[in-house]
Amino acid sequence: MKYIDEYRDPRAAAQLADHIARITTRPWTIMEVCGGQTHAIVRHGIDLLLPESITLLHGPGCPVCVTPVELIDKAIELASHQDVIFCSFGDMLRVPGSVNDLLTAKARGGDVRIVYSPLDAITIARENPHREIVFFGIGFETTAPSNAAAIMQAKQLGLSNFSVLPAWVAVLPAMQAIAASGAGKVQAFLAAGHVCAIMGYAEYEDMASRFHLPIVVTGFEPLDILQGLGLAISQLEQGRAEVENQYTRAVRREGNQPARKLMDAVLMPVDRKWRGIGIIPGGGLAIRQEYASFDAEKKFGLTSMVADESTVCISGLILQGLKKPHDCPAFGNPCTPERPLGATMVSSEGACAAYYRYRRVPSR
Amino acid sequence: MCLAVPGQLLSASGDDPLTRAGRVSFGGIIKDINLAFVPEAVVGDYLLVHAGFAISVIDEQEAGRIFDLLRELDQGDDAGKPPA
Repeated sequence: MKYIDEYRDPRAAAQLADHIARITTRPWTIMEVCGGQTHAIVRHGIDLLLPESITLLHGPGCPVCVTPVELIDKAIELASHQDVIFCSFGDMLRVPGSVNDLLTAKARGGDVRIVYSPLDAITIARENPHREIVFFGIGFETTAPSNAAAIMQAKQLGLSNFSVLPAWVAVLPAMQAIAASGAGKVQAFLAAGHVCAIMGYAEYEDMASRFHLPIVVTGFEPLDILQGLGLAISQLEQGRAEVENQYTRAVRREGNQPARKLMDAVLMPVDRKWRGIGIIPGGGLAIRQEYASFDAEKKFGLTSMVADESTVCISGLILQGLKKPHDCPAFGNPCTPERPLGATMVSSEGACAAYYRYRRVPSR
Repeated sequence: MCLAVPGQLLSASGDDPLTRAGRVSFGGIIKDINLAFVPEAVVGDYLLVHAGFAISVIDEQEAGRIFDLLRELDQGDDAGKPPA
């Protein structure tokens, strides 16, 4: 397909890897923020093309992975209501809550449906006026505007049987938290290209200078990632700490203005607990008061719950780049994508699931 | 999760900025996609699509820049220069 195949050319990838090898004189640690990039790196073996002195840390950019267990429990509670049709992106169904998962709720008779777009949930709401349709609002700023648009459409249509369980997360506060904590000694970031397609990258400029960290907005194909790494490494080698945009075909500095406006009209920043990490100030998005009737937590009076996590699973450390999947005693046994202990093993973009699929035995 | 797939806009319909939609071809598979976030999109454009919404119009000229860099590398010009 156009704009995919040409960015996967192995010869060009080797050329970019050679270039990286030529400009690298010292060890550097770079974190790719987005789980989609982690998946691409492990799938295509991009890390294996790099000089051994380059360490890639896999960041927390997997919304499925960081959704707190309490929210999964709330989703399961809603999905078990007899009059509720619970709509979700597919990758949330096997994420373990404190007792079971959404797939189990479905097996026990809950009406859980996988949708591709929040607009599909709107269609289901229009077709089922006597049922309550709840959509699981998962995602980063890439996804949040489409959810906001669905809420706005529901309001325009006067749909009183549609609501959203808000679980959106914001990526910049998480990057700042990682930079501030010094976790994993990250020296440069590859920023998530599709989040930046919406949000732009002007806000990263302050972060780059404050923490003296190069930040390269990067795409998702192998050539994108290799070029992004090359740009980050040349900044590190030259002592620069700037924001650069590798993904110019899709990302503009100001981001996507119509999407940002719509998102700001419906959603607002809040502090949010990230699974395995803890509360991140400004790390989530909630539904504004004007749209409160579409907030499933308020509509169904869901109270806060406290849930315990598996004590063996180290997904919190993996999400912060402090550990790699092979460091976990449960990796591969007993924790597998079929029977995950933690969310990083569930989502295909979780580091553990990517390693399980493509890198079961440590290759370095 | 943040996966977005490029596809070509075949046709667009609707006037309401919130519900304007288009038929988008992903290598021959055609889906209806919401165009609320890309009011500038015209038929023939390649769009980056995520969760049923186009989130960006792909800039064809910018898309070629990495191949310019590769040509420069081929000619031994060690260009670690940023693309923009």
